[in-house]
Amino acid sequence: MAQATDQRTATTTFREAIRTALREEMERDDGVFLMGEDVGDYGGVFEVTQGLADEFGEERVRDTPISEAGFVGAGVGAAATGMRPVVEVMFSDFLGVSAEQMLNQMAKMRYMFGGKTDMGITIRTTEGGGMGAASQHSGTLHTWFAHFPGIKAVAPATPEAAKGLLKSAIRSDDPVMFFEDKMIYEREGEMPTDADFTLPIGEASVEREGEDVTVVATQRLVGESLSLADELEGDVSVEVVDPRSLYPLDTDAIVESVEKTGRLVVADESPLSYGTHAEVVARVVESGFFSLDAPPQRVGVPDTHIPFSPPLEDEVLPQAADVRTAIDRVV
Amino acid sequence: MSVLDRGPREQIQVLDEAGELVGDPPSLSDDELVAIYREMKLARHFDARAVSLQRQGRMGTYPPMSGQEAAQVGSAFALDEADWLFPSYREHAATHVHGVPLERTLLYWMGHESGNRMPDEANVFTIAVPIATQIPHATGAAWAATLRGDRHAFLCYFGDGATSEGDFHEGLNFAGVFDTPTVFFCNNNQWAISVPRERQTASETIAQKAEAYGFDGVQVDGMDPLAVYRVTREAVAKARDPDADESRPTLVEAVQYRFGAHTTADDPSVYRSQEEVEEWRGKDPIPRLETYLRETGRLDDERVDAIQASIEEEVSAAVDTAEGERRPHPEEMFSQVFADLPDRLREQLEDLERLRDRYGDERFLKE
Repeated sequence: MAQATDQRTATTTFREAIRTALREEMERDDGVFLMGEDVGDYGGVFEVTQGLADEFGEERVRDTPISEAGFVGAGVGAAATGMRPVVEVMFSDFLGVSAEQMLNQMAKMRYMFGGKTDMGITIRTTEGGGMGAASQHSGTLHTWFAHFPGIKAVAPATPEAAKGLLKSAIRSDDPVMFFEDKMIYEREGEMPTDADFTLPIGEASVEREGEDVTVVATQRLVGESLSLADELEGDVSVEVVDPRSLYPLDTDAIVESVEKTGRLVVADESPLSYGTHAEVVARVVESGFFSLDAPPQRVGVPDTHIPFSPPLEDEVLPQAADVRTAIDRVV
Repeated sequence: MSVLDRGPREQIQVLDEAGELVGDPPSLSDDELVAIYREMKLARHFDARAVSLQRQGRMGTYPPMSGQEAAQVGSAFALDEADWLFPSYREHAATHVHGVPLERTLLYWMGHESGNRMPDEANVFTIAVPIATQIPHATGAAWAATLRGDRHAFLCYFGDGATSEGDFHEGLNFAGVFDTPTVFFCNNNQWAISVPRERQTASETIAQKAEAYGFDGVQVDGMDPLAVYRVTREAVAKARDPDADESRPTLVEAVQYRFGAHTTADDPSVYRSQEEVEEWRGKDPIPRLETYLRETGRLDDERVDAIQASIEEEVSAAVDTAEGERRPHPEEMFSQVFADLPDRLREQLEDLERLRDRYGDERFLKE
């Protein structure tokens, strides 16, 4: 539920919503600072931090050496001593370079300090294919981090969710991975303008109500599934649920939807095996098995890499048509 | 001239192996000199007791530090209370000097979750067991302090083996670029488990690596407590308040030797000779400082005996306190992962509690 007193909204892009959240949190708290590769005057390779170095100065919008373990590690040290760093890792494909600092350090720091240390760090990173960036700049890796204890993982699909969740991530005393689908930076939507607006991490959103099938979709596939649901109107009634947070995952909202529709399709751009899809299906099976009228379906990337070749990339990425096929199998 | 200006290839010494003054002594009062001596004696005795506890099955795997007391005590003494200390896993003496009680170190190695909790009043970071991971943390914390306008120094310990890790390079490079108030303190004890120092790097000294990062590197006799104190004190002062032409960070290489095993889980006689160990034992920091303090009239038999008695009592009391700690509760494994327990984790804790209620803890414990 949106926690805002002022209900006004503005039409804005996903990118601008993220920038707004960063700006508002930097204004609110002197302990918030940004760092990463090219985030300063250049404004980030996807232009998300554009203008912020001018507004807040290079001390708080810090270009770092090309050194993922170095700047993620520095963020961990800063967070453990009371700051709220927001670290940008340009592509999620590079997260592996700093895996030790994220998995063994950031994720475990509170635990290793006996529960006593806050770890208010946010890692922003991009994922998703569709721009011909080839296999080392197009992956969807969020499952790794949702899997790992001690980390919260969010993956917004709308400007509203981007703003509300990023603000909650920055204010969180736990490390939060904030996954930005680079194909939806231009996506427009209504964003609450209230600087006090946040969205709680761990709450799903029913983006569209329906009766016949539940599509649990993330990131770009939320928009695709909503368009598809419009197309199918009158034929199949599709409910679209965006979990928004991958950990904690809002099992109750998903199960409640499946109890109503009896059918489940999970659409997420991560590879199909051992992934986010499997976790959603498993939770529905654990808690809502007897409401299922058909086998749950998964829509994602086959267990391969994202090709450089544009036609091959189009083939491999899940689209509305793939969600449609999955719906047809169960309805 | 600052000792930091001497370059990374000249080893700084104040007391030679016989305890004779060969360099300028740092300005320390008689009480401070005796306090350094007492901390080193305490560390040596604590270490022997800890190894013995592990051998008796009263403690888990433990990394001994005998031989390294001068480097730890001399450097930690150079900090002010508000400065921060980032330990690796062997800095039991350094953390004690900076405010961590002995019983907390024992609890850590006994596997109590409560041993992870550093006291609120001590600016000591959590113990880093993976190699070199604390180096970027110290750099980041130091940089964050400058953003806040604090003027504290951040002293970060690691071993010779850690200098081969990427985190060492990334942490020092970052510190050089952003001029962070960090003192990187390498306890070069010659061995990374079984791999000797010359297999870690072809550099003539570890200190010289600082040149590439654009700040001072200095090599010090790490078994000479007065030289270590002097070098670290100057490095810490420069970190806080450098002259216009100085950069804040310093890399200190303290050349020393661990007399014992890497941890209680390995046998050093497999990889190094007894002759080598004996040669280094000739540089033992404790008799060195004791000779100097006796010859300058600051210590006598009576005071040495009184110190020995008091440290034995202090370590015994710490062991008693640690062994009196209640058994950790399973709830701690869950409650310390996040600031607030997520629902899923709460359900998993409840599942475990149901199992414990049904079968009792004894079913889960290996005796």
